[in-house]
Order: sequence, then structure tokens, then C-alpha cells
Amino acid sequence: MALFDKHSFLEKHSSVLTVGILIVVAIGGLIEIAPLFYLKNTIEKVEGMRPYTPLELAGQKLYIREGCYVCHSQMVRPLRDEVERYGHYSLAAESMYDHPHQWGSKRTGPDLARLGGKYADTWHMDHMKDPRSVVPESVMPPYAFMIDRPLEYKNISDDMKALKLVGVPYTDKMIEVAEADLIAQSDPDSDWEDMVARYEELAGREGSVNVRAFDGDPSKVTEMDALIAYMQMLGTLVDFDKYEAEDLHNRR
Amino acid sequence: MSSMQSRRVGGPDFSVVSVGLFSTLLAFITLFIASRALDPGMAFHAGLMTGAFVLGVIALVFWYSGLHGKEAFDPTRYDDGIVKAGVFASMFWGIAGLLVGVIIALQLTYPNLFYFDQYGFTNFGRLRPLHTSAVIFAFGGNVLLSSSFYVVQRTCRTRLAGGAWPWFVFWGYQLFIVVAATGYLMGITQSKEYAEPEWYADLWLTIVWVAYLFVFLGTLWKRKEPHIYVANWFYLSFIVTIAMLHIVNNLTIPISIFSSKSYIAMAGVQDALTQWWYGHNAVGFFLTTGFLAIMYYFIPKRVNRPVYSYRLSIVHFWSLIFIYIWAGPHHLHYTALPQWAQTLGMTFSLMLWMPSWGGMINGLMTLSGAWDKLRTDPVIRMMVLSLAFYGMSTFEGPLMSVRAVNSLSHYTEWGIGHVHSGALGWVGFISFGALYCMTQYVWKRERLYSNSLVEWHFWAATLGIVLYITSMWVAGIMEGLMWRSYNEFGFLEYSFVETVEAKHIAYIIRSLGGVLYLGGAIVMAYNLWRTARGDTRISELNDAERAALNNPEKSATDAAAQPAE
Repeated sequence: MALFDKHSFLEKHSSVLTVGILIVVAIGGLIEIAPLFYLKNTIEKVEGMRPYTPLELAGQKLYIREGCYVCHSQMVRPLRDEVERYGHYSLAAESMYDHPHQWGSKRTGPDLARLGGKYADTWHMDHMKDPRSVVPESVMPPYAFMIDRPLEYKNISDDMKALKLVGVPYTDKMIEVAEADLIAQSDPDSDWEDMVARYEELAGREGSVNVRAFDGDPSKVTEMDALIAYMQMLGTLVDFDKYEAEDLHNRR
Repeated sequence: MSSMQSRRVGGPDFSVVSVGLFSTLLAFITLFIASRALDPGMAFHAGLMTGAFVLGVIALVFWYSGLHGKEAFDPTRYDDGIVKAGVFASMFWGIAGLLVGVIIALQLTYPNLFYFDQYGFTNFGRLRPLHTSAVIFAFGGNVLLSSSFYVVQRTCRTRLAGGAWPWFVFWGYQLFIVVAATGYLMGITQSKEYAEPEWYADLWLTIVWVAYLFVFLGTLWKRKEPHIYVANWFYLSFIVTIAMLHIVNNLTIPISIFSSKSYIAMAGVQDALTQWWYGHNAVGFFLTTGFLAIMYYFIPKRVNRPVYSYRLSIVHFWSLIFIYIWAGPHHLHYTALPQWAQTLGMTFSLMLWMPSWGGMINGLMTLSGAWDKLRTDPVIRMMVLSLAFYGMSTFEGPLMSVRAVNSLSHYTEWGIGHVHSGALGWVGFISFGALYCMTQYVWKRERLYSNSLVEWHFWAATLGIVLYITSMWVAGIMEGLMWRSYNEFGFLEYSFVETVEAKHIAYIIRSLGGVLYLGGAIVMAYNLWRTARGDTRISELNDAERAALNNPEKSATDAAAQPAE
């Protein structure tokens, strides 16, 4: 067949073959990924989303450092059993400030998208220290080494600057006082009102910033403070009372 | 042979000088970063890289001055030293990666025994990326590097292009592996699956990869064959596409060039699709087209038959690479990814079944007229079984990409089983086949040290895979059904942890499968080592060789009486 004979041209010209391959493999990705950046209904209209506070952000860094995404998804699918087990199915809007996303691909442990507020801080402390002390059949690794370890946060404003560069709407003020905000959130006796106000203003509603000594000890900021602060706000930001799933914009 | 070695003319070799200068420059840059590093991870890695570059330059200078003017890169000979190094590296990383796999399988089986609560670096979350990267990129990557260097030279009938640059690629790649692996243990990760290394490791891999592309293309440019052989199309698509995927998926902003931490440019849903566009095509272009290239060279070579169909190879090559790239969204069924993208991904995944089987058929049918060799050559049997696993997992993949099936299989052990039937069966066995062939060929041995050890490897590994994938099918389908099971009152029947507990037996069987597969690889390493040394197992000698061994004096006089070869 004549068409097959023409293929020998490619077999004799390596540069044409290389360019040909590049064009053929570029098409699929362009058509699938590029529209997600300009189709407006890719991300739902919701109320309540805000960027992470410095302490929560430090917690997410630990979540990433420890490879939690390897066993825990953060993506509740709109299936009856998942919605009943975990809570409202996840929206694209809920991970709009996650660089990178933490949707995961495997549930060796349960989904964590709606973990926030489900368990007490003390439960988390016990569970992280020795998972089998509270869930005997668990196969999760212990994180006792993080219990009293001081949190490394002196560069946290650099983290926020980098995130601002990739589109997270941190204000200059938030970046400027990041370190103080971080300490304030883990100490209920501090002046935390300004910090809470800053983040609730972006959220557009009240009550989405937890302030307390997450590890039970307000005197110092430990890795557990940050990790539990992160876990306790997972999936709590969006105001689902005001979310209209049937709105044309939100239909998938 | 040294008297026949051609003498060098002119000044020092350009490739040696350029590799030396480039490495020196990198040594200074990394030293500068190390001296101002913001975190201990970066200080360690930048320092490690400085050390590696300095060591590399010193080794290069000593080696080159030791040549005393002899031709460094004799254009009349193939560069097989790098293939030999690649065989060693493959076996080393292969065994390391499988060992970590066995350890993490045991952690999930016996968490009380295999976790150490004060040693975070031994936790599953850090070791699992170590396992996946070690087997995919360290083992698989070294098999691809060394086999592509072997194949491109033979099929172009010319020495590798670039002089010292292929060695830059080889050692540069090993350095990338060491940086990535130590990074995971220290908790340095981007948390993007199969793309966990941080920005500086990614940047370094990009440099190495571009050098690899040019070594490969350069060799094609000076080929003495008019046509580019089909295996090289596949290698080329692997190199080019991995470059594209790697760069786009790792677009990132470091918080400082002195910090090991960076933030991915994309967020949420866009990042998720980019990640699985990358992730699925790491399977498609690293673990498929690269290893299909191995199939297209080593199966015809080993059975001494031409490739079954030239037309089929054209059709399945272009359709495979075109369709594969669309399949990523099937990792995101029922997620917050818009449904149109999910549907596209599923449709193309189903279509992908055909070009995949096109490759399998082309490989299997190459044995027409030589099927008897399955009985006599266990290496061929290994490669044929790898094609069978390829066929099986490329059927299973489209099946799992159907949204309704995926709602059950996603997030479960079924996915793990599926990956391992492809990785252990297809990628592992075709790699083992290539390593057995290359070791025998580059060390110029008539045969392997022992065929019966290959048999042992074959059966241990096969049994290991069967235990692995069947236990994971059972575990995955069971937990998927348990998650969605309701009792008579309309409540969820099982708590999550009950589904974890139910998998314990399957985890034990899976660990056993892993141990068998690892055992087979160790047997192989021993066999290759003895083959490289030039040994043959006494029980496998033929009669004349055995007689010679029993009576060395007589055979020496016999040999003297014979005319020279």
C-alpha cells in the first residue's frame, strides 16, 4: 500500500520522526488539559474558600513530607456509600489552593477530605503517637517522633510568597506577619483576633479559623500543632448551606 | 590489542573537555547553594552533588591521562563498557527496589514488627515512593538506558555518539537516583506520585535527559543503515515524551534557590489532571514504549526470526503513542474533574486495548517457526511470558477504566494488583530477558552460566506474581464491595477498619509473592555475575567441554594440534 511506503521517509529522517512523535503525543494533553484553565465551570461557585493560615500551611507541608497522600485520599466521590461514610462529595473548589492537589489514588486508610472536626485533638494526639492504641486493627505507621518536635517555621513567609506567585491570594499583610500569625493560632492566650479576621475576611464568613493549643501545650509550637491544625480544618471551609449543586454553573 | 588501537590525533577530545568543564561549573554552582542552604535537606543534597561532580571530574582526568594518547572512543568499536555498567546498575537497583517493596508489604502485614516509632524515615509514607522510584526509575530506567545504548549501536552499526557524554548520562542518572532516594528518606517530596523528587532533582534530570536525547539522536544521525529500526522509534518516543511529561508536570516555584521546598504552579483540579496525564503516560512511555523497544530487538534476535509484521509495527506504534496520552483522566473517575474529561479518558482507554494487543501479537508471532525454542531456552520463555502479562494487563487496564468498574476498583488493592501484573510480569520479565541476553552478548559468552538457574528464576518469579496479583484481586474486590455494602436497615454494613482487617490474609500472601520474586532476582544476579566472569556450570557443559575439564593436559595438547580458530 502506498501509504506504508511513505513511512520509509520517516524511517530515514530522524529529525522528522522526532518532530512527528512530539506532535502526535502533544495533541491529547492539549485538548484535555488546556480547557480546564479557561472553561469557567471547571471550578464551582462556592462560599467560604480561603487560603491556608500559616500554621495550617505548615501542617500541610508535614502531611506532604510524611507521604500521607500515599494511603489517604482527599476526594469523596458522589457515590451513596461515600457520601454517607465521609460527608458531602468533594468539589474542585475545595482544592483550588492546593499546590499540588492532595486527591490521592489509594485508600489504604480512609479518605480525609472531610476529616476536620470529626475527632478531638486529643484523639489525634493519641492516634498519631500510636495508631493501634485507638484503632487496634490499624496498619498506619506511628508518628511519635513528631510529638514534641519543635515546628520549623522561620521561612514560612517565603512559602507564602511562592504560593502568591502561583496564584494564592495572600495579602502583603498576611505575608508580613506570617510568623506571628502562626504562633498566635496555636496559643489561645495570645492576640489572635487580627489573624482570624484577616483569614475570615478572605473566606467571606466567620468561624473557619480554629485557635487553640492543638497539641495541648500552648507554650511551644510543635509539629503536631501544625499537623492537627491542618487536619482539623480539612473539608470545613465551604459553606454547603449556600452551595447550589443544581446551579447550571455547578453541574458537572 | 593495544598495538592495533588507533592513535589520537590533534588536541584533547572535545567531549571529554566539555563534560569536564560542565561538571566543574556545576560543582561550583552546587557548592554555592550548599554554602547558603536554608534547610538541612538542601545543604546535604547540594553538598552531595558537589562531591559527585568533583569526583566525576577527577575520575575523568585520571582515566583520560591514563590513556597516554590512545584513542579514547575508538569509532570502529561499539561502546560496550557503558552497557556493562548498565547491567550492574540495573541489578543493583532492581534488588534494592524489590527489597524495599517486600519491606513495605510486611509493614502493612505486621505493623507492630516493622514500624519504629522514633524513626520517621522508615515509615510507609516515605518508603513507598522509595520503592516505586527504585523499581521504575532506577531499575527500569537503567535497563532502558543500557539496552537503548546497546540496541542503537547495533541497529545503526556505529559507535555511540558523543564520546564521554554517554558516561555523563549514565552517572548523571545514577546521581539523580541517589538524590531522589535520599530525599524521600529525609521527607523531601513534591507529593506528586511517580514525580516526587523536588525541583532541583527535576532540573538535574532534565539536563541529563537532554544529553541522553542528543546521544541517542547523534547515534541515529551517523548510522550506517539507511532505515531507522523499529526498536529505535519506540526508544525515541520514550525519550521525547518523557521529556515533555516531566517538564510540564514539574513546573514549580521554589521558595528560594537555597531551599529544597517548592510549590507546583498548578493547583487542585488542573494539577490533578496534569499529574495523571503524566502518571498514566509514565506507564505509557516509560514502562511501555521503552520496553516494547526492548521486545522489538531482543525477541527477534534471541529466536533468530524477523519481526512478524512491519505494517503492524507501523500501525501499532503511531496509534499507541497517539491514544495513550489521552488515557490519564481514567485515574480521576467520579472526582471533581469535569465529566467531559473523564469520558474522554475512558473512551481513549478502551481504544488503547487494540494498539496494545497489536504490539503483543507482533512480538508473539515473531516466534512463528521457532516455538520449539520455548522448550529449550528459558530466556525466550521469560520474554514470551512477559508478553502474555502485557496482554493481560493491557486488557485489565481498559476494563478498569470503565467508569462503572472503576467506581468499585478505584482506591482499592485491585489497582495495586493491576500495576504489579504489568510491572512484575511485563516490565520485569522483558527486562530480565534483555539482561540475560545483554550479559551473554557484551561479555561475549557462548551461553549463560546456567540455564537451570534461569529456570529457577523463571518459576520463582512466576509463582511470586501469581500469588501477588491473585491476592490483590481478592483483597481489592472484597474491600470495594465491603465499602459499599449496606445492611438490612439501610446503614453501611462495615466500618472502614473492618475492611482493613479483612485484608490481612491477602497481605500475607502478597508479601510471600514479593519474597519469591525478590529471590528470583537474586538468583539472576548470581547467574549474571558468573556469566560475566566466563564460567559455565559444570553440569551444563557439553561432552567435549567436560572431557577437556577432566583432562586439562590432554585437551591442551589436542588444542595445540588443532589449527588456530
